[in-house]
Amino acid sequence: MRELSIYIHIPFCVRKCLYCDFLSFPVSEERDAGKIESYVNLLKREIEEQAVRYRDHRVISVFWGGGTPSLLKTEAIAGIMETLYGSYHMAADAEITIEANPGTVTPDRMQGYITAGINRISIGLQSADDEELARIGRIHDYRMFLETYGLARAAGFRNINIDLMAALPGQSVASYRNTLERAAALEPEHISAYSLILEEGTHLYERQEDYRFPTEEEDRQMYLLTEAYLSSRGYHRYEISNYALDGYECRHNKVYWQRGDYVGFGLGAASMAGNVRWSNPADFGAYEAYIAGMRHGDVRTVCHEERQEYKEETGSFQEQQILTKKEQMEEFMFLGLRLMCGVSRTEFAAQFGWQIEDVYGDVLSRLYRQELLVRASDRIRLTARGIDVSNYVMAEFLLDP
Amino acid sequence: MAAIDQSKIRNFCIVAHIDHGKSTLADRIIEQTGLLTSREMQAQVLDNMELERERGITIKAQTVRIIYNAKDGNEYIFNLIDTPGHVDFNYEVSRSLAACDGAILVVDAAQGIEAQTLANVYLALDHDLDVFPVINKIDLPSADPERVRNEIEDVIGIEAQDAPLISAKNGIGIEEVLEAVVEKIPAPGGSPDNPLQALIFDSVYDSYKGVIVFCRIMEGRVSKGTSIRMMATNATAEVVEVGYFGAGQFIPCEELSAGMVGYLTASIKNVKDTAVGDTITDVSRPCAEPLPGYKKVNSMVFCGMYPADGAKYPDLRDALEKLQLNDASLHYEPETSIALGFGFRCGFLGLLHLEIIQERLEREYNLDLVTTAPGVIYRVHKTDGEMIELTNPSNLPDPAQIEFMEEPVVSAEIMVTTEFIGSIMQLCQERRGRYISTEYIEASRALLKYELPLNEIIYDFFDALKSRSRGYASFDYELKGYEESKLVKLDILINHDEVDALSFIVHADSAYERGRRMCEKLKDEIPRHLFEIPIQAAVGGKIIARETVKAMRKDVLAKCYGGDITRKKKLLEKQKEGKKRMRQVGNVEIPQSAFMSVLKLDDK
Repeated sequence: MRELSIYIHIPFCVRKCLYCDFLSFPVSEERDAGKIESYVNLLKREIEEQAVRYRDHRVISVFWGGGTPSLLKTEAIAGIMETLYGSYHMAADAEITIEANPGTVTPDRMQGYITAGINRISIGLQSADDEELARIGRIHDYRMFLETYGLARAAGFRNINIDLMAALPGQSVASYRNTLERAAALEPEHISAYSLILEEGTHLYERQEDYRFPTEEEDRQMYLLTEAYLSSRGYHRYEISNYALDGYECRHNKVYWQRGDYVGFGLGAASMAGNVRWSNPADFGAYEAYIAGMRHGDVRTVCHEERQEYKEETGSFQEQQILTKKEQMEEFMFLGLRLMCGVSRTEFAAQFGWQIEDVYGDVLSRLYRQELLVRASDRIRLTARGIDVSNYVMAEFLLDP
Repeated sequence: MAAIDQSKIRNFCIVAHIDHGKSTLADRIIEQTGLLTSREMQAQVLDNMELERERGITIKAQTVRIIYNAKDGNEYIFNLIDTPGHVDFNYEVSRSLAACDGAILVVDAAQGIEAQTLANVYLALDHDLDVFPVINKIDLPSADPERVRNEIEDVIGIEAQDAPLISAKNGIGIEEVLEAVVEKIPAPGGSPDNPLQALIFDSVYDSYKGVIVFCRIMEGRVSKGTSIRMMATNATAEVVEVGYFGAGQFIPCEELSAGMVGYLTASIKNVKDTAVGDTITDVSRPCAEPLPGYKKVNSMVFCGMYPADGAKYPDLRDALEKLQLNDASLHYEPETSIALGFGFRCGFLGLLHLEIIQERLEREYNLDLVTTAPGVIYRVHKTDGEMIELTNPSNLPDPAQIEFMEEPVVSAEIMVTTEFIGSIMQLCQERRGRYISTEYIEASRALLKYELPLNEIIYDFFDALKSRSRGYASFDYELKGYEESKLVKLDILINHDEVDALSFIVHADSAYERGRRMCEKLKDEIPRHLFEIPIQAAVGGKIIARETVKAMRKDVLAKCYGGDITRKKKLLEKQKEGKKRMRQVGNVEIPQSAFMSVLKLDDK
């Protein structure tokens, strides 16, 4: 049985954070209750209709992302979880994660997640400094985070992730260190630590002159500190930005980097199975039309080239891209190398029918010589220096057309 | 065809400062004489090339024959020869003037006399042309025709009281100009019965007819079948066709005779055989002497031109070959650079000429070019008595073998309003100028004369002049000769490797400053690598300036999730694409723009 991971997108939040470029829209729980409810119904329908395509798949992970999934009422989440359990082969040990933001979760909701079968929670802290939080437009302070974290533990979550961010406006190396210390002191099973990236179209990007960002050197120090400090606290880095206690690596995320099959449900959600990538319409109306036209597993996808003309007509087609072997090999490399364990040579040969050296011989030997990559028996992985300049390394694996 | 009455021919040109309305007036004259309807007129008929229209300058001389029915009841033939309007093409201008008997001087009613007005009018007077002024743009609110009239009389010393007041743009006063041409410009002299003596003032290459020679018949006659000889190049040919110039077309006729302006073709394959300024004569009955004024044209400015994509080298060669068919003043020879690979060392009349060729290569031939810093020809006198004309800094002999070096110097005239005299003088000092004199044209304007090394004015002197005078200064120069100078070769080392394409010759006193700015500029141009890259400027092996491109220490895309993979790949592709546009020198990738950065040292 093939393994499958499921992503469920909840495109709602209380307020847009100033750095956020995810597909998410601010809503009021009360005022927009109808809108949220109809979205949940569409989602449920999509999950049901699609189940037939994945009859021979076993679901090993589910990830509720957003937006802020914790904005949903417990009943809504429980309902969708029921649908999942009812129509898919769920593995007994499936990792089921929900993203939650402090300030949106009540004790009842937390308990509801556990009852619904959710066994992992990812809490967005970003920073333990209230001023930093306010500056990036978070709706909570550090105290509210502690409360949420306490609720999660009390409800019985045994697998918690805390999301952190470095290189925030006004952040110093010392305050970042404080954030790391406070997060680690809570002993979560998993910590994600990202550097802030200014994405076009976000408030922070458009108004960057108005903010004081850490210097390049400070940014680098924070980055180095993350690894140094978290490893001293027993967290091992298994991916460029992800750290976990032994046995708590996030299965769902690893699927992305190891190119496992995953299907995304909901507005704009991305999927990849076999050699096809596709994504759902990112517009509410188009998404609704797409669901309405769906008949038991009939995903009316069209090839990339034809997409434009069909989309205009019906507004209901998905975007789809069929990956060539070249593209698959590129992805295998630049995604796989994000993991500290690197890529497997036998795996490459098994998937593509060529030795990795036949395709990337020159690149590999150059990168070995530059001490950016290292080969240990079957695996090829980034060195410490290679991690630091991983964009440079990964770009080398793009093949000429 | 009826014999043409020589006394009813008028051969003339229009001289003006740039933007004073020369080409617009030419268009109006053509329109008014009925050669073209205004619908057929593209703005400015005589500026043929797209580039000429865009820049509003005339690059190649254009000529048109028009018929004018004058108020005296006679029909006149006007040959209007439009001359190039830039100092780079001074020699071409002088040959075009030599083909005329008179000139219309156009002066802007608001701006008055400018440096080029003077230079061009003196050039016309030197050729014994009868010059009459017209005052253009009288409809401008700031027009002050009376002041300009007096200025023309005081400064140039030609009668201006009855100068037509016109607006070429709005077609005001054109009739008056046409009548003045009849009255004030003399009919051509010469006799059809004398031996053939014709002046070549331009030529173009046509793939069917071969070279089309533009000429003014001074003496004698020429027709199909005449065996001709070009007296300077000694090339001979048999005439296939003669004719005159319609608007944008060649109209064949039976014969060209003394006083006429027209063209001839003779299956000539190369414009080099028909040098501008050369004299055509009849092989069977040659004239005693060639016409005066012929000069071999030499390139003044050189640079290296390389295809950005090395595989396009043959395309660049073909393109240069084609451009040269029409432009005898373009020189090129193959050269190789360690940094840039195979390319050409190209010679030009001046920086404008260089820019025009560069733009034409990029636009008309779709080539992406890397151009090295332009330089002039230096004379290197070696200890063994040999003298080298150096066009590529990389070929400079070892300093121990150099006795001394010389550089070209120009005489420059700068017209400026008095309030800016100080800042312009300072600019000239900075550029190693030698002050000659200041002449006051009127209370508020002066003509500054300087001698300046050519290599100090080829890059950006004109821009600096404009910015320091808020656009009011105008400038003209001519080559004066060579002078001994303390020159050194400034080398640039990137990661300890000398980059040949970045070397240039500079005066010893400015070497430090130029080296420092060059390093700063390159520091900004060169992206970070995995290692630290020293950028050094050196003279004779001695480091005089240094900057460092810090090593790239962190280049991580922190976040990557399922929906982000296509986007992430695009980022990586962009990164890789950027690398492709770089030149590898040693193990450093240098962006192509860096090779042109020396041109912009004065940006700040």
